Amino acid sequence: MLKLTGLSKRYDTGDLALNDINLTVPAGQVMALIGPSGAGKSTLIRCVNRLVEPSTGSIELDGQDITRARGARLRQARRQIGMIFQNYALVERLSVMENVLSGRLAYVGFWRSFLRQFPSSDIQQAFNLLERVGLQTMFDKRGDALSGGQKQRVGIARALMQNPKLLLVDEPTASLDPKTSRQIMRLICELCREQQLAAIINIHDVVLAQQFVDRVVGLRGGELVFDGDPKDLSPEILTSIYGEEDWSVADDNHEEADAPATASVDIAGAHP
Amino acid sequence: MSAADTGNEPLPSLEQQRIAQAREGRWRPLPLIRSRHWRWIINLSVLLYVVLAWLSVDVNWSRVAQGMERGQAFVASFLQPDFTSRGGEILTGLWESLTMTFTATVIGVALAIPVGLGAARNIAPLPVYFVCRGIIAVSRTFQEIIIAILFVTMFGFGPLAGVITLAFATIGFMAKLLAEDIEDTQKEPLEAIRATGGGWLQWINYAVQPQVMPRLIGLSLYRLDINFRESAVIGIVGAGGIGATLNTSINRYDYDTSAAILLLIIVIVLMSEYLSGYVRKWTQ
Amino acid sequence: MPVKHVNNVPVWQRREPLKQYAIWAGWMLGGMLFLLCWKVISDNTIWEFMNDAGTQAGSLIGRMIPPDWSITGSLMLPLWDTINIATVGTALGILIAFPLAFLAARNTTPHPALRAVALAIIVSSRSINALIWAMLLVTIVGPGIFAGMLAIALRSIGFVGKLLYEAIEEIHPTPVEALSSTGAARTQVLAYAVWPQIMPAFAGISVYRWDINIREATTLGLVGAGGIGLQMNAAINNLAWAQVATVFVLIFATVIVSEWVSAKVRHAVI
Repeated sequence: MLKLTGLSKRYDTGDLALNDINLTVPAGQVMALIGPSGAGKSTLIRCVNRLVEPSTGSIELDGQDITRARGARLRQARRQIGMIFQNYALVERLSVMENVLSGRLAYVGFWRSFLRQFPSSDIQQAFNLLERVGLQTMFDKRGDALSGGQKQRVGIARALMQNPKLLLVDEPTASLDPKTSRQIMRLICELCREQQLAAIINIHDVVLAQQFVDRVVGLRGGELVFDGDPKDLSPEILTSIYGEEDWSVADDNHEEADAPATASVDIAGAHP
Repeated sequence: MSAADTGNEPLPSLEQQRIAQAREGRWRPLPLIRSRHWRWIINLSVLLYVVLAWLSVDVNWSRVAQGMERGQAFVASFLQPDFTSRGGEILTGLWESLTMTFTATVIGVALAIPVGLGAARNIAPLPVYFVCRGIIAVSRTFQEIIIAILFVTMFGFGPLAGVITLAFATIGFMAKLLAEDIEDTQKEPLEAIRATGGGWLQWINYAVQPQVMPRLIGLSLYRLDINFRESAVIGIVGAGGIGATLNTSINRYDYDTSAAILLLIIVIVLMSEYLSGYVRKWTQ
Repeated sequence: MPVKHVNNVPVWQRREPLKQYAIWAGWMLGGMLFLLCWKVISDNTIWEFMNDAGTQAGSLIGRMIPPDWSITGSLMLPLWDTINIATVGTALGILIAFPLAFLAARNTTPHPALRAVALAIIVSSRSINALIWAMLLVTIVGPGIFAGMLAIALRSIGFVGKLLYEAIEEIHPTPVEALSSTGAARTQVLAYAVWPQIMPAFAGISVYRWDINIREATTLGLVGAGGIGLQMNAAINNLAWAQVATVFVLIFATVIVSEWVSAKVRHAVI
């Protein structure tokens, strides 16, 4: 479904953020992308929908090369890729309904969208999605009247309005409390399974990732260092991703990340 | 099903309606003004105003057509401004404008500080407050050019009337913003310094001044810029500066000289803007 | 902390010595510049006029009081014209400034060259007073309200344009990124992600400029560009100071009302 070949990105400042990434994501697979801050996780997913221009390599979506796509072709490609952001990226002064409908912008013309004349099927879909994420009574509220978890639900609904084939999810839980984080992760993964969506989820919280995803990819210093099943993540592999020094710095996380690493074997085992 | 949803938590009927409509795929954004009557009244009055305003304009199109030639000449003159044929007048006018600007800003800011202190409700007694607010209101209402006419009548033609005009306008501008700034300062330092038992001037010096100083400098530079632009205007009524030269050149249709003067004004404003940007960064 | 030793006793100093000297030098230079400027002005002033300034002022004020209320009725139409000049002029100015601001903002401009042109237009319009624009326009389109409206519009372009493009440059970039990633076209991103963010600033700036324009419009008549300034000019030329005083009172009242309206509207949109 998504195929990255030899993808590299060097920023104008000279930093090499990604180095020769080869990655294939089949349809319907939920994949977590883990790694320390600055490992290039954000750059990688922003390269996929070309918010960041890759320096070399190619991106193929459903067999179509979109590495150099421009204008209408690029918009066509982006339309198939939904994106969910760490800080929700809602337009705070628009209502919830308008925010969700903005996921359809690539499907309607300028004047229709400007006059808010969306097709009634779009409005029905938006309403159903809001119902699915539990916000059906909130659609007249303004974006800035919502709590963090609610904003992220609207962000999810907006991404799904695109009817995407692939979801890019950038640190969906970094600004949320632990309970809401779990709810949001569960919601994203459930929706992906319901709609047979592939997803790449950038996430700091290894434990949370292990519980919900099919596959984990580890990134360090812009290079792929791990690719496998969540239950194969041993403390040694975590060390190889995050580095020995980083572990000692993040001492608080140590127990947390270490203990469930073994616990996750049970969880993975419990599920058929 | 929907009745069961709403059964335990009754919703206002409008909201219920909108939810039911959205479920069927019918949705419009909420209007900015809820009441339909008010929407109509506002739309109609806007329309009425546009019609009335349109009627009050009587454009003499044949005169405009005649003038187009001059308009073209004016635009063209920006490509070939004439700095030399009235170079002497431009130079003295500009020099006078600049000196007027600087002097008036210094005097105006110096006088605006006491007025501004007096117009801040949190540090001034009520009678002083009303007097100072009165000064500010009068100074701000009347444009520089109107004040200039009065001062020219009193003090005669020449740059002195201009300096007094600009200083007077500066007082209203600076004192208002300064007073607002003082009213916005944090209360705690004011109380803390007062609690030490210092005198009134010490109190101002230690509690108020540090909090408003950077903005005061920034505003003074901004006012310097405004005063220069105004100094180009008040010359029209005889209060000195480049305005007189500009006025003459426009009335003689000597657009090449006008363009030269306007370009000089634009360049000086631009330079002062860059300069004040640097100074502001430096003082913060 | 800078400390100076006097007779081996440490004395606290507010600043480092070099910095202190630099500040003193700065004050001295400023003072000298002020004296120099004052001398230039003093040389160009006929001080004899100053001697009777007090009596002049006294007689001026004496002739202004009481104001001549009999002309109030005939001033209503010019006042209406003045308000129209300000309102229509502001509207025209905003109409041009709005697209210009998007060209001038670093994050929405289609091309750096266009940005430079837009910035040049904005700074030219801002540098030149409405009264100067009015003088020029009176020679081009003839005296009257139309010239006044155009003058106000030309001056407003720079003011609104500058404040608006600064507001555009300060928006949160993430909603823009989010909507671009849905595949929305540029214009749609502007309408959905940029416009809602700048809307309150836009409304505030427009009303603020309208308030300023009411004041400026009262003077345009001095150069023949319509409004109440025409009556004021005529009264001044006739030395009818009681009538001038009436005009002043009317201007004062109008300005206070417009200030109140603009404060109300700005409160409502924020």
